[in-house]
Amino acid sequence: MKKTVFFGALAAAGLTAGIASAATLDDVKARGVLNCGVNTGLVGFAAPDANGNWSGFDVALCKAVAAAVFGDPSKVKYVPTTGQTRFTALASGEVDVLVRNTTWTFSRDTDLKMDFAGVNYYDGQGFMVHKDSGITSAKELDGASVCIQTGTTTELNLADYFKANGMSYQPIAIDSNAEGEQQYIAGACDAYTTDASGLAATRAAFADPDNHIILPEIISKEPLGPAVRHGDSQWLDIVKWTLYALIAAEEYGVTSANVEELAKGTENPEVNRLLGVEGGLGAMTGLPNDWAVHAIKAGGNYGEIFAATIGESTPIGLARGLNAQWTQGGLLYAMPFR
Amino acid sequence: MTSVPDTPEPGFRLSQLIYDTRYRSLTIQVVVLFLVMAGAAWLVDNTIRNLNVLGKDFNFGFLGNRSGYDIAQHLIPYSNDSTHARAMLVGLLNTLWISFVGCITATVIGVFVGVMRLSPNWLVSRLMTAYVEVFRNIPLLLWILVAIALLTEVMPAPNAYRINPTTGEAQTSMILFDSVALTNRYTAIPSMEFLRSLGVVNTPFAPISLDVVAVLVLFAVSIWANRRFVGWANAVQAATGVRPTTWWKSLLILFAPVIVLLIALGFRLHEPTLQGFNFTGGTNVSNAFVALWAGLSLYTGAFIAEIVRAGILAVSKGQTEAAAALGMRSGRIMRLVILPQALRVIVPPLISQFLNLTKNSSLAIAVGYMDLRGTLGGITLNQTGRELECILLMMLIYLSISLVISGAMNLFNRKVRLKER
Repeated sequence: MKKTVFFGALAAAGLTAGIASAATLDDVKARGVLNCGVNTGLVGFAAPDANGNWSGFDVALCKAVAAAVFGDPSKVKYVPTTGQTRFTALASGEVDVLVRNTTWTFSRDTDLKMDFAGVNYYDGQGFMVHKDSGITSAKELDGASVCIQTGTTTELNLADYFKANGMSYQPIAIDSNAEGEQQYIAGACDAYTTDASGLAATRAAFADPDNHIILPEIISKEPLGPAVRHGDSQWLDIVKWTLYALIAAEEYGVTSANVEELAKGTENPEVNRLLGVEGGLGAMTGLPNDWAVHAIKAGGNYGEIFAATIGESTPIGLARGLNAQWTQGGLLYAMPFR
Repeated sequence: MTSVPDTPEPGFRLSQLIYDTRYRSLTIQVVVLFLVMAGAAWLVDNTIRNLNVLGKDFNFGFLGNRSGYDIAQHLIPYSNDSTHARAMLVGLLNTLWISFVGCITATVIGVFVGVMRLSPNWLVSRLMTAYVEVFRNIPLLLWILVAIALLTEVMPAPNAYRINPTTGEAQTSMILFDSVALTNRYTAIPSMEFLRSLGVVNTPFAPISLDVVAVLVLFAVSIWANRRFVGWANAVQAATGVRPTTWWKSLLILFAPVIVLLIALGFRLHEPTLQGFNFTGGTNVSNAFVALWAGLSLYTGAFIAEIVRAGILAVSKGQTEAAAALGMRSGRIMRLVILPQALRVIVPPLISQFLNLTKNSSLAIAVGYMDLRGTLGGITLNQTGRELECILLMMLIYLSISLVISGAMNLFNRKVRLKER
């Protein structure tokens, strides 16, 4: 009872202050739920099903963070954000972590006062066109109408790409992926541009995915990753190392199926440190020592999450490509757990 | 009889501030003023403190940086190399343009419907009632979305205008002598072209075509000359009772000089042609603009119709009967007797409808028309992350626009209101 009053007072204090205080972990623990900013609906990355349960690649990371903090992956409140509202939502404290296909750029990291906790998907911007248009290369798009989500890095890349190639285009500004789909299907734009992963996800949701092709040109680097507010290193560490834990788990063969077994102790000291059997790493970030066990149990390691949400066996059908482990020729490289 | 002198004023006591009616209102005002000031100070202090916590500063330097994004609809030259300030200006002009044309069409629709609603013809008046009730009682955003959905889904893609090489025919053909193409992206209309152009003056704000300036100046002179001519005709009528025939002479004065000038400048319409993905060579009026325009005009028009109807009903029936007794027909009665008097009732609420339309134009965001909300409050805000600066600037600009419209309409109101002598 006394505790409730205390938390009530705390909440009131939080309201008066207007924004969340510096210690995000304490706020999250006090609230009992993690507020996770996600896409308004991008199949494979973050989309609610018919029962309102969110699932997807980005959602899995939200769950892993919640599991690391609470030991329970269900303690997440998903806050759908558009390309326009996402940074304000993070800066104002409406969400604790933003996992919404957000590209890590210099100005966002510095000027927007965000901190990126790593990269969970290495992406690049591409174009999708109707197959019957006969276009096979982005270089043929001179004069085309292009649908583009406003407030995104894609908008700037698009301007740069057409400028660099001496081509013109008509931008058709849209607010959400759903609106873009509708305009593109109706033929109000010749091409739809966003991150290649987003295009694959969008195409998978079409009634006739075979009638649309994604052009081979990738015109930008789009490292997508979870972001937190600048200035709270502890919270940044938690999100960052939760992501690394998922990546490292894949590297060391720790899966959702065998994590319980391995958490009893293995011959590999690195796995032991990761799973909290030795080293006491969890306590260094203010979490229980078995935080990574919960995080991995939530949706599996990075490879399992990828395969279940956007991998080649799903309708989205993305290959691992750059997102393979560094040992497999990809860019995924978890820092040592030591 | 000696009057008892007033008891001398006792010294001022503090309780008088509350109990003495002479001071009470002043006390209340001072207290409220302090509360308001304290509230404002708290808001400002809270903002500054929270900005500090976030590590953000407050400055408008970003307006001078390269914007890096493109805007589909721009009335003045703009590219992604322009500054954010320029993008803001483009958005502002788009807002002013949609508000301007919206106010005009809404007024035309409103006056027409308002008058027709009072028609003795049962069918006409009921149709107008249905229009007013339907448009007035459904949110504007829905009308705009309906309009854009219709335009996007019903109209053919530009590709449908392409001539199929095997059949030699296109699926759809252009209308109005092959000069206008309706598509699901825009309406391609002819653009103006001067073959013997006077040239263009480049100013930092926008290039000014001397041809257009010349035509406008000449037309203004024609209007002035025509007014002199009508004045002369009125004088003749007053003196002799016979009005000279004026209509064809008026038309000649108004239009002949302009037409001669246009021919001299080699004016012609340049028709749009389908090249590559889109129509080029003409002017493409985007569907976003058309949808927003239609939505704003029809919605606000319904409100204006009610204002006009109220204004007309406010003029006493005796006026109509007196005018009829003088032998005037109903059209002239409306134009010369009723509407001038009704204007006094109509103008003040009309101002607020114009203000509403201007502010409602920010719904452009729903259809991707790049108005002030779309550029400064949308893309610039997002790309720079300067929420506070952008929103404050945007509020200031909307406030200024509204105050200017309000001021101008008040001047007009002063002109038409009843002059008491």
